[in-house]
Amino acid sequence: MLSNFFEVLISAIFVGGVCGYLGSLMLSRRMSVVSDPLSHLALPGAVFALIFNFDISLGAFLALFFGSILIWLIEQKTKLSTEASIAIIFSISLAITFLFLEKHEIEEAIVGDISKVGFFETIFIVIICLLTFLIVHKIYSKLILISISEELAKSEKMSIRKYQLLYLISISLMAALGIRFVGALLIAGLIAIPAASARNIAKNLKNFKFLSLVFGAISSFLGTIIANFLNLPVGPLIIISSFSIFLICSILSKFK
Amino acid sequence: METLLKVRNLSVELNGEKIISNLSFELKRGQIITILGPNGAGKTTLLRALLGIIPYKGKIKWKRGIKIGYVPQRVPFVKDFPISVKEFLKLKSKDENEIKEIIKIVGFDEKILNKNISELSSGQYQRILFAWSLLGNPDVILLDEPTSGIDIVGERTIYQIVKKLKDEKKISAILITHDLSVVFKYSDYCICLNKVPICQGKPKKINQKNLERLYNFEIKFYKHVE
Repeated sequence: MLSNFFEVLISAIFVGGVCGYLGSLMLSRRMSVVSDPLSHLALPGAVFALIFNFDISLGAFLALFFGSILIWLIEQKTKLSTEASIAIIFSISLAITFLFLEKHEIEEAIVGDISKVGFFETIFIVIICLLTFLIVHKIYSKLILISISEELAKSEKMSIRKYQLLYLISISLMAALGIRFVGALLIAGLIAIPAASARNIAKNLKNFKFLSLVFGAISSFLGTIIANFLNLPVGPLIIISSFSIFLICSILSKFK
Repeated sequence: METLLKVRNLSVELNGEKIISNLSFELKRGQIITILGPNGAGKTTLLRALLGIIPYKGKIKWKRGIKIGYVPQRVPFVKDFPISVKEFLKLKSKDENEIKEIIKIVGFDEKILNKNISELSSGQYQRILFAWSLLGNPDVILLDEPTSGIDIVGERTIYQIVKKLKDEKKISAILITHDLSVVFKYSDYCICLNKVPICQGKPKKINQKNLERLYNFEIKFYKHVE
């Protein structure tokens, strides 16, 4: 059994739940400017942190936040597609990373490292999760309107940039926390899969965001318990649990 | 009648191209204005300038504190996530009684509120968007081809409701349409626009000659570009 099992379990449930909740906003194409760079930027961020010896969550947060803004700027200034802009930023950041990366550091960046989740970290993680949840909960309906039609949102005198920026900060924060549990490459799964499962069976928006949150929390709960029981890494098992829920929901949706 | 909007010498330029020049008109309370013109004539741009979401030159002066309802052209169907009609309308108004009242005005039963947007026909969706523009007690509604993709019955319904709102609540409207019968039957004033105003005034003033100028201009213009 993990020596810090309960800390890991509690943090994972909070991070998983809020990541799932944020993911419910990401299914819409209009939010993809914010969402696509996730796994692409988190890895170089984490590796940079390892090289320069600071916390991988901080590294991932900075990389996601500034990387997304850079991608967005390239897209605005050069009229390249989002995908092309991401490819450029992703390759260059990865190229620089590979120059400096040492082999033993790869694992922590890719799979995550839960050994560093102690009592105080858990409290910190729970507080960040709750804050992020409250912020996004408050602006949820605005973000939904933006993803339905920017034109409608503009005619309501909404500042689209402001809300997208708040969402970007929230998603960067959660991804940065999530990276500890599932590593940089699986972070997109932590955010995208619960919402995809919920999409399959939810009848309305209220239902949809609630299920996204619950599925995210349950996946983290199951993944952590099974990992602890079988003595395997937590991250992959969280994602596998999440995928199992997705399969069940897909089958259930056929009978709807 | 009270003047709600004054437009003087409005010009709009986007990416170095003149979209509208020298347009002036006024909107009074309870008046319906139709905007007629070929594709690319600057009709949608005009509405967006009136809403203040794009830059313009000239003067657009709304009455103080005016409330405007707007339906853009072709809002895409919501497919990415499930959302009920009620949840959609609640994005604009928290007042459920108001939502129920408006749903009846646009000719639906309350039952439709629990339906998912993705289950609606395109005509029903268009009417829900119309309902959106009526939330919040607007003094004026701006409708950009509110009937594109609707069958004739649905189309009549929307214009009849606009007319009824005008008669009963003195709500003004600016409508973009391609339909001449709408211009004649429902509007008090018509602006024929093809980058510059070709003609404007009471609908009965529109004649064959004006229309030819309005639409011929388009053909010549394209030839010129080639």
